[in-house]
Amino acid sequence: MDKKLTMHINVEDFIPATDKEKEYMVQMRPSTTFFKDGVKRLIRNKVAFVSFIVIVFITLCAIFVPMFWPYSYENMLGNVPGQPVDSSFNNLKPFNYSKTEQALIDAGEHVVPHIFGTDSQGRDYFIRVVYGTRISLAVGFFASIIVLIIGMTVGSVSGYMGGRVDLIIMRIVDIIYSLPDMLMVILLASVLNMTMGTAIEGTIFESIGPNIISLFLVFGVLYWVSMARLIRGQILSLREQEYVLAARTAGAGGRWIIKKHLLPNCMSVVFISVALQIPSAIFTESYLSFLGLGVNAPMPSLGSLASDALNGLSSYPYRLVIPAIVISLIVLSLNLFGDGLRDAFDPKLAA
Amino acid sequence: MNSKLASYIIKRLLLAVVTVWVVITVTFFVMHSVPGGPFMGEKAISEAAQKALEAKYGLDKPLFVQYTTYLKDIVTKFDFGPSLKQRGRTVVAVIADGMKTSAKLGVIAALIALAIGVVLGSFAALRRNSIVDRIIMVITTAFVSMPSFIMGSFLLILFSIKLGWLPANGASRGGLILPVITLSLSPMAYITRLTRSSMLDVLGQDYIRTAKAKGVPRVRIIFGHALKNSLLPVITYFGPMLAYIVTGSLVVEQIFAVPGIGRAFVTSITGRDYPMIMGTTIILASLIVIMNLISDILYKIVDPRITLE
Repeated sequence: MDKKLTMHINVEDFIPATDKEKEYMVQMRPSTTFFKDGVKRLIRNKVAFVSFIVIVFITLCAIFVPMFWPYSYENMLGNVPGQPVDSSFNNLKPFNYSKTEQALIDAGEHVVPHIFGTDSQGRDYFIRVVYGTRISLAVGFFASIIVLIIGMTVGSVSGYMGGRVDLIIMRIVDIIYSLPDMLMVILLASVLNMTMGTAIEGTIFESIGPNIISLFLVFGVLYWVSMARLIRGQILSLREQEYVLAARTAGAGGRWIIKKHLLPNCMSVVFISVALQIPSAIFTESYLSFLGLGVNAPMPSLGSLASDALNGLSSYPYRLVIPAIVISLIVLSLNLFGDGLRDAFDPKLAA
Repeated sequence: MNSKLASYIIKRLLLAVVTVWVVITVTFFVMHSVPGGPFMGEKAISEAAQKALEAKYGLDKPLFVQYTTYLKDIVTKFDFGPSLKQRGRTVVAVIADGMKTSAKLGVIAALIALAIGVVLGSFAALRRNSIVDRIIMVITTAFVSMPSFIMGSFLLILFSIKLGWLPANGASRGGLILPVITLSLSPMAYITRLTRSSMLDVLGQDYIRTAKAKGVPRVRIIFGHALKNSLLPVITYFGPMLAYIVTGSLVVEQIFAVPGIGRAFVTSITGRDYPMIMGTTIILASLIVIMNLISDILYKIVDPRITLE
């Protein structure tokens, strides 16, 4: 059939497809989205998957165990109002009982054991560790959210606006970035501790305690810079990608490009760096607690438990070992999980 | 030295100077925002004595005048004023005193971290995927993510309380061994990982293959070609390593009671010794900034492939 421009319709084009032709259209496997693909890669990564399970387990314990555990983190068991102080509750070894409890057990009653014993003030140590884990995780999580919000706002503004705004913001970022962070954290935390005590009296912030708030403030002031840099770099480079140009050529609008191309590609990097930010916040909190600048007593955090344990180190080493293991476990598994997340979701590294 | 490198160095120098200035300014104004001033909380003193004390330390002048005086004294005389709690001694004297011990601690820790880290890292890279490599990687992963105060406490429990091999007090003879080990483990683990990955990178390069094809002996390939080049990225870690050692020494000196600058700093925070807090923060921060500057510039000089922005 000779090719000539003709207005006649080729009837053959409209014959129903044969079964053989239909076979070409069958999907060999369902199409995957970027997200599904990433999750699949993540599950295949054994180290990351195990870390994920450890994190979920610790988080669930930290949330739910205090709800039904009979002891509370601030309750000095030997100190019942109206009765003389029972010092046999203090400094119990794991699975030991005080005199009153022993009497109850002898009478046939069931007493929930002190799995990790009690501390020098007769508080159940197990629930203090669980509660401390809860505080540490919460601090890490919220600090990362603060960093994310500030960093994302500044970074995207800087990336979109470009020009002089970008230049000024980036110089400020450079300076904050080169400040020695830990020293500044210590300085700000110690000063905010002294100043904020009276300022927040009577507000909801009082229950959180000035130390935690100063920690959040410090994170908000100092740690957003790397996030801002990251987001700005992402936006700058993504805008110039060929597929954005291709989408634009195909007639895609700005909103479509942002929704379908820029945001998903940005998001994976953002989530990864948040996942890696949480352990660094937990680490900083425990470090400050150790220097006496962390959470306010009687609230425990893993760091403050570890530093309190130093006093009775020679007689009760397990009181240091337990929170230390929990901190290391959390930080390690979050780091490994973050690495796994990066391998699974950062398409540029996948090759 | 080409002009691009020169302009990079000038830019970094300027940034470093501005950073140090920001540190001084932030430290000064943050410390002076504390209500009540440094003599609050002391035992009750009369109005007149309070006035006299404030006049003596220049606290009665306007804040901005105090700031310019403070800045001028630092720049011209390297004078951070007198310590409030250690009567009769200046901040610089106290810091210089503690610096002797801390510098010894830090330098030895850094050298050990560097030496062992490079050896272990190269070894792991050369025996890639062997059992030894796996073990090294697992251990270093654990060390990198363990806070220094936990590491220190564990070593303290094990070696001085349970085994009794080493003294727990840093001031006694041989007392610096445990603090040095504590401080060096995490940087050592980091350098190991850094060396391993960069060594693997270098070993895959064309010039290594060429050397092999020429029949250069393995030892010469490793020491003559691979090691030198794979050490370049380690230079960038010098700055962060110093920062880690400085902040780490705050807790390590606390745990082992080492009479160094870190312990003086923590004591000054709890004792609200304002000039000490300011002076120590500024000096330590400047040290870190300078070290970062040096390691960045050194890296650009030794590796000409690095693009200068």
